[in-house]
Amino acid sequence: MEKNKADKYRYLTVNIIIVLASLLIALVLGAFLFLIAGANPFEAYGVMLTQPLDGLFGITEMLVRAAPLMLVGLGIAIAFRSGILNIGGEGQIMIGVIFATAVGLSLPEMPKIVLVPVIFLSAFIGGGVWAGIAGWMRAYLNVNEILSTVMLNYIAIQLYLYLLRGPLIDPKEVSYGTGVPQSALLPEAAWLTRFIRGFRLHSGLVIAIVLAVIVFLFLWKTTVGYRMRAVGAEPKAATYSGMNVKRNLVLAMVLSGGFAGMAGAVEVLGVHHRALESISAGYGFSGIVVALFGGLHPLGIIPASAVFGLLIVGSDMMQRAVEVPASIILAIQGLIILAIVSSNIFLRNPKLRDKIFRLLGGGKEAKIEPEGGRA
Amino acid sequence: MILEIIIGVIISGIPLSASLLFASLGEMFSQRSGVFNLGTEGIMMLSAFVGFYVVYIIGSPVLGILAAMTIGGLMGMLMALVSVTFKAQQGISGIGLYMFGWGVSGTLFRVYVGGVTNIDGIGRVAIPVLMDIPIIGKILFNQNPMVYLAYLLVPVAGYVLFRTSWGLKVRAVGTTPQAADTLGVSVERIRYQCVTLGGVMSGLAGAYLSIGQAQMFADNLTAGRGFIAVALVYFGRWKPVGIMWGALLFSMAHALQRSIQVYGIDFPYEIAVATPYVLVILVLALTYKGRSLGPLALGKPYNREFRG
Amino acid sequence: MAEIIERLEMNHITKRFPGVLALDDVTMNLQKGEVLALLGENGAGKTTLMNILYGLYHQDEGNVLLNDKKIQVQGPLDALEYGIGMVHQHFMLVPNMTVLENIALGMYQRTRFKMDLEKVRQRVLEVADRYNLTVKPDAYIWQLSVGEQQRVELVKVLTLGANLLILDEPTAALTPQQTDALIDLLRQMITQDTSIIFISHKLNEVKAVSDRVAVLRNGGLVFEGPTEDHTAEDLAEKMAGREISYPKTSKKEEYGRPILQIEKVVAEGDQGTDSLQGVSVEVRSGEIVGIAGVSGNGQRELADVINGIRPVKEGRIQLDGVDISNRTPQQIIDLGMGYIPEDRMHEGTIPSFTVRENLIMKDYRREPLAKNFFLRKGQIDTHAASLIDAFKVKTPSMATSCASLSGGNIQKVILAREITRKPKALVAAYPIRGLDIGASEYVHSQLIQAREEGMAVLLISEELDELLDLCDRIAVMYEGRVLDVLPREECTKQELGLLMAGVSHGKE
Repeated sequence: MEKNKADKYRYLTVNIIIVLASLLIALVLGAFLFLIAGANPFEAYGVMLTQPLDGLFGITEMLVRAAPLMLVGLGIAIAFRSGILNIGGEGQIMIGVIFATAVGLSLPEMPKIVLVPVIFLSAFIGGGVWAGIAGWMRAYLNVNEILSTVMLNYIAIQLYLYLLRGPLIDPKEVSYGTGVPQSALLPEAAWLTRFIRGFRLHSGLVIAIVLAVIVFLFLWKTTVGYRMRAVGAEPKAATYSGMNVKRNLVLAMVLSGGFAGMAGAVEVLGVHHRALESISAGYGFSGIVVALFGGLHPLGIIPASAVFGLLIVGSDMMQRAVEVPASIILAIQGLIILAIVSSNIFLRNPKLRDKIFRLLGGGKEAKIEPEGGRA
Repeated sequence: MILEIIIGVIISGIPLSASLLFASLGEMFSQRSGVFNLGTEGIMMLSAFVGFYVVYIIGSPVLGILAAMTIGGLMGMLMALVSVTFKAQQGISGIGLYMFGWGVSGTLFRVYVGGVTNIDGIGRVAIPVLMDIPIIGKILFNQNPMVYLAYLLVPVAGYVLFRTSWGLKVRAVGTTPQAADTLGVSVERIRYQCVTLGGVMSGLAGAYLSIGQAQMFADNLTAGRGFIAVALVYFGRWKPVGIMWGALLFSMAHALQRSIQVYGIDFPYEIAVATPYVLVILVLALTYKGRSLGPLALGKPYNREFRG
Repeated sequence: MAEIIERLEMNHITKRFPGVLALDDVTMNLQKGEVLALLGENGAGKTTLMNILYGLYHQDEGNVLLNDKKIQVQGPLDALEYGIGMVHQHFMLVPNMTVLENIALGMYQRTRFKMDLEKVRQRVLEVADRYNLTVKPDAYIWQLSVGEQQRVELVKVLTLGANLLILDEPTAALTPQQTDALIDLLRQMITQDTSIIFISHKLNEVKAVSDRVAVLRNGGLVFEGPTEDHTAEDLAEKMAGREISYPKTSKKEEYGRPILQIEKVVAEGDQGTDSLQGVSVEVRSGEIVGIAGVSGNGQRELADVINGIRPVKEGRIQLDGVDISNRTPQQIIDLGMGYIPEDRMHEGTIPSFTVRENLIMKDYRREPLAKNFFLRKGQIDTHAASLIDAFKVKTPSMATSCASLSGGNIQKVILAREITRKPKALVAAYPIRGLDIGASEYVHSQLIQAREEGMAVLLISEELDELLDLCDRIAVMYEGRVLDVLPREECTKQELGLLMAGVSHGKE
């Protein structure tokens, strides 16, 4: 059994190396983009990767971004592990924002200890139901969930804009005639605690980390989690051993969307204290990268979300320093996805896998255990 | 009035169908060979920008279209590299390609252009005589040349797929790759060709959007058309004619939604904009029964495995 | 057209796969106009050797001589140009294309777009005529029966110019009568400048069809010589490397109460037509009932229906007196059903899960393995360790993923999980398919053990020997019906063969 443990750690190391190598390859390819955009890639990366760490502001901002990324990433990992792809994080976040805002505004008198959980729960339900539509259609109508979640994104965005410009708009915006599409401020009881005066870092990060640990326990230590992973890994075998695959797909999607919805709540309660037009900042897509980068493992997603929080804050700083738009980070994230999914061939091919493994000092007959995953 | 609206919808709907048709026919070849390319949207975005930019700088729409097709082809090859050579999971790789195309086009647009700028692209060309036929003439024979091209490609794609030896190989590779392999057909090569062709066609779709239809570029110009094109392949049951009807249906819905705004009918703007997407979901949900007709090996990387 | 193959030699062929020596210095030859049988167990290397000849794999060492010239077969295209054609065990036909299109697929490798289906039709009809093989050129493959598909494969290979045919387990899906017809056809083909390599593990066929026989065992050639000089028993021993004695059940006088009662069940297949058309079978406690038949005659649907995976349209299934028709798989499992599914890699186990996780797939919610939604690691470890021990599963550890185990050990994992649950009834679908002799013996001994313990076992198989060894009674399925349920003592292979071909008693 001791040997098993050693192998497990070595397997983990192989995984980490492959993921980091993918990141490196993506950054190298991204360097060409900087060249095309007319910037010095070394300078740009220098700013992007180091400047945020150079002071409390950068670090806290990085962690502020990490909280929603972590939540979306957790949801996506749950879905992927259960055999269903959730590309609809962006829309689910918005629905979460809508629910959080509406509930927060309609319960102005409620004490904080009740109000915050109620808001989180409602955002969870909102995002979950929205994603559940795609899950249900995949399970019972065999509709490709990637296409349906993408379409639901576009629908959610329009719905969100409609509500922000109409029913949810801040009455002050109407009376002043400015008409900025944003909701009224939520009651202060709904705001998440800020840790350091003058910085936006809030308790949403702690909530996200706690939820990551809970998701880990859920997937690997409970019967429901076992069943969801079984359904994701081999739906046929799961059916033959009595599991209801369809119901599990819907459940996975609901949980997945629920987490994205809570990410929306975190942004409202922790950062803006109201709903704004461009509140999500692409977290729905970045969350996919975070989940893949974290090896679809809740405990891997914690550091992964910090890395991408860094990249996002860093790209804003880079934009100011070298005048390349921060949207380049979207392209780099796309490259990271392509690199990580491509690197999977090394994990699946026993010859290559053993080679890497042996380079790390593994025994000849040692076998690497994939921990139930297609990362 | 009603008739007028209907004709108006048809007249403005047909041009909207061209980009869907290009992208969807390309995606059809990709899927027929077994590769599910969700990166179409990203390819369209980047090639729309490149096409636009070439016209913006050089002023030649033809060169712009060629450049867009080249970029599309290159991105198709990238998708093929990831999904055929590296055998990556195709759904996620498509999303990677989407984010890549979106990010690059948005970035370069801001760096090199800055704001919304109009270009002289390709406009409508009326076909003499035919154009003078009442109603039909205006609907069918006063279009952008690229629209004619898109509809011309429908029978061409059908011929290539069903009447040529290459089409035969494509269909075999997407359904039973082992069978093709044992007859000496290179599964990888055919898939590379198809995904690249799909990329080129998406490039054409992107070029049409920026050079033909909008005659300008804006971030996220494609607004999900690439994803709709993928959905249309399912809707059209992997057949060019079916895809054509699908493209028409969606562009009419789109045009109708626009005319609701134009005619000032009291209906929330955002909800109207969302209708084509709702329609995609409904159509996908209602056509689920025919799903089994698709290429059986769709989405499955091929491993030569004959050990017994 | 390729030149006629007068003589083919494969010298010192060695092939390694990661961690496996698949072929070890194999030397073999073939003359024009003979049928060479390549005999060996599953995994002995027969198919790998032939795939090297056909260019799908490349040897690591050794060479191939064709008419005394050294050749290097780079791929199937090369092979066909040399006149070598192969019919794989699983037919390599595209179901949604026509017969002509399938053949054309091989004919237009050097042209980019040009295709003339009329020319293909002419060639096909010529070949069909010459060898007396009837095919329907415009039929889609999915419309054809297995026998017709095999003819298409033969015509395809011949049309592409092959005069050396490699047939990999060609009789696997055929009834004994169809097999005889194929053997006649092959004997007749070799009189027309053709030579044949016939891969099989069925001895009586090899005796009937071949002039010479080569036996492979564990990747090495262990014997080669004229077929007629050796008896089937002799060849069997050479194939297994030892005397083989499969365990057999003995006749019982008394059985327990009926456990599994299938009454006039009708169910749909995947194509939407009725694959089960009123099937009735009863299995009593302590009894093994066999379902014989060529696969594709409703066996899969029957197993699915019993286990709740496919809906019952009409009729009724009872498990120990409880109606289980159209219950969920979970309910049926809870009522005491065990199942060894046909596809052990994807239906029986989850390949990426560990052995431990696979062993608890049906009991993960029950005490003591779980309590209040939480899995109990200690209990699960103990449980898994005892099962691995009791069923002699060879695995580096219980945390090894099932994908890296051999087929036999995967089957042991499934057996361990199913049998230790002590179900009232056990459905076993093709439980020894693809297993080596040792593992097959073990599976059989476990099924016999289950019978002794009073389980009602329904054994679905296409191997008549297996059925005759184990079953108390044998039912034959043909086109969705059970034709006859016969006590083993009254069964002969000949008779079962006729039933499998749809010829029923007294209806001739």
